[in-house]
Amino acid sequence: MALPQIKQDATEVRLAALDLPKGGWAQAAREDALARVRAMGLPSGRDEYWKYTRPDTLVQPDAPKASLLETDETLIFDDVDRLKIVFVDGVFSAAESDDLAMEHVSIDRLADAPDIHWAKDHYGVLETRGQTPVQRPLATLNTAFATDGLLIQVTGKAPKPISVIYRHESETSDAILHHVVKIENGAELTLLENGPAAARFNKCMEVEIADGGVFHHIRAQGRDHERRAATAIFTRLGEESVFKSFTLTANGVLTRNECVIELTGDNAVAHVAGACVGDGDFHHDDTVFITHDALNCESRQVFKKVLRNGATGVFQGKILVKQGAQKTDGYQISQSLLLDEDSQFLAKPELEIYADDVVCSHGSTSGAIDEEGLFYLRSRGIEEGPATDLLTIAFLAEAVMEIEDQAIQDEINSRVEAWLSRRRG
Amino acid sequence: MLEIKNLHVKLEEEDKQILKGVNLTVEAGKVHAIMGPNGSGKSTLSYVLSGKDGYAVTEGSATLEGADILDMEPEERAAAGIFLAFQYPVEIPGVGNMTFLRTAVNSQRKARGQDEMSATEFLKVIRAKAKDLQIDAEMLKRPVNVGFSGGEKKRNEILQMAMLEPKMCILDETDSGLDVDAMKLVADGVNALRDEGRGFLVITHYQRLLDHIKPDVVHIMADGRIIKTGGPELALEVEHNGYADILAEVA
Ligand SMILES: Nc1ncnc2c1ncn2[C@@H]1O[C@H](COP(=O)(O)OP(=O)(O)O)[C@@H](O)[C@H]1O
Ligand SMILES: [Mg+2]
Repeated sequence: MALPQIKQDATEVRLAALDLPKGGWAQAAREDALARVRAMGLPSGRDEYWKYTRPDTLVQPDAPKASLLETDETLIFDDVDRLKIVFVDGVFSAAESDDLAMEHVSIDRLADAPDIHWAKDHYGVLETRGQTPVQRPLATLNTAFATDGLLIQVTGKAPKPISVIYRHESETSDAILHHVVKIENGAELTLLENGPAAARFNKCMEVEIADGGVFHHIRAQGRDHERRAATAIFTRLGEESVFKSFTLTANGVLTRNECVIELTGDNAVAHVAGACVGDGDFHHDDTVFITHDALNCESRQVFKKVLRNGATGVFQGKILVKQGAQKTDGYQISQSLLLDEDSQFLAKPELEIYADDVVCSHGSTSGAIDEEGLFYLRSRGIEEGPATDLLTIAFLAEAVMEIEDQAIQDEINSRVEAWLSRRRG
Repeated sequence: MLEIKNLHVKLEEEDKQILKGVNLTVEAGKVHAIMGPNGSGKSTLSYVLSGKDGYAVTEGSATLEGADILDMEPEERAAAGIFLAFQYPVEIPGVGNMTFLRTAVNSQRKARGQDEMSATEFLKVIRAKAKDLQIDAEMLKRPVNVGFSGGEKKRNEILQMAMLEPKMCILDETDSGLDVDAMKLVADGVNALRDEGRGFLVITHYQRLLDHIKPDVVHIMADGRIIKTGGPELALEVEHNGYADILAEVA
């Protein structure tokens, strides 16, 4: 089908502003991706899949300016024993990063990986699979033009988490990073990510999890108010493997986080969760697609949004249970707490089920602070502000509790608490 | 301690008068009971004293140790010494009982200019008090009132009261939904707090709680007014004859 002219033009304008990295093992995958982007075109406001979130600033050639957050707080995860990797406006910083070496883990960079590399068979593969039935052209653009990223192969239990820090220093930076993670049979890794990354950030991460593999992902997207991000995670799970991802989003004028999960091995478990707090000029979109294609798999989607001063939250979540995926246990909840009448939450939960022996539940709600609860707390002497915060943090708890590490749960809660108390002045 | 004069209260949203001139004084060290048929305004009185939204005072006053409480925020009333044990304790998913209680204790201390209680001291005190009320460690960790049985909720109210050591305790139908053993436990908890400096207002529908918490004064409330006041024998009269006689007597 031919693209509408206007879409084709917008796509070409964007492509003209980018350089396709040349040479190396990724070249074929990049060229393929470029052809695919051209064929599908970049997102426009008319696309069904972008009905609630305007993609224009994510597509336009230049990144809109984003001023830097001024804060003297320590970064989240600073107290975690970890292997640290730093990117500044999308550019790897060797000086600030640890040695890319750890037992059972091999880490290379996309930008300087040797000519023969395991990632050749993986780069762009899950992203390509993730284009059906819904197109995700920003991720394809990423596969074509990513300037760097991490190629992580895990063969045993990683002794400590890998922590990627995305610093933002230039007000007009436009970063495109692409990570490939391969968890081999029975291997385990925790990946932490934090920081705004750039004025505009396009990030794609492909995670292949072999039988019995475990991947935990915890991320805190940076608090710079004007930053924009379009991120996509594509994962495929083998038998008895585990994928758990949690994202905290505080601030950011525009965020679209996509997560595409394929459960292809029996007894696999995939959880994806998000807690976001937004104030004013804030638009946050979680778009999730989970495909059950094996027996007895479990998936959970838990998304909670706290919105105030006209902030907008979006949730599009789908569970597709393929024929034969019996004993599927699918759970999806998306809720928003609206702290005033100006804020809004738009949700589109979907279930599509072709197997008969499955349990799938989904729910979506939007509401204000519970007045009865608030009075109860105040009647015990807790002031209105802190009582509201307590209820707000409690609202987010179901999502935050998806994180297995208690210390990280506590740190997330204390960051949210600080965010809320700053708003009370 | 607590002085209520000619208190008139209507619903904020509707033109419905609920309290129609309540007069009541609870002295320090005394236990006053309020009995009365359903819908007479007992819970409304307790809510108005503790500061719940939705009610408008159209006339009259309420003071605690001389200070006008009707102008205060709920948390200020709590810090001043008012405590309401709710007829229907509220469930608060996601907030641990322990966190809630420590925040409450320390908020009140802060409001009174006292030092906060350290985590260790708090633990020591709460463990002892919880034990008396047969509240186990598990229940302290659970979210406030979530999944608690009726009896557990009421015991949890008394635990909060014991931790906050208020001057003026208002108990709204704390006996409802309790079996005899649970009622005894709750009554023991209340009696342990009886003190010369503390006043109690015990709202109840039935006399049986008053067998365990012996009142000094008993009031009968009907249609938004206190229609009769007497000693403990008044509660027995209600027990035997119901409210009909008293209502007829004053009509
Ligand atoms: N928030 C409210 N909205 C509507 N009616 C109310 C409200 N609060 C109290 N009432 C009415 O006021 C009257 C007194 O109620 P309440 O104080 O609960 O009585 P009691 O506790 O003595 O049973 C009842 O008729 C009740 O329906
Ligand atoms: Mg009542």
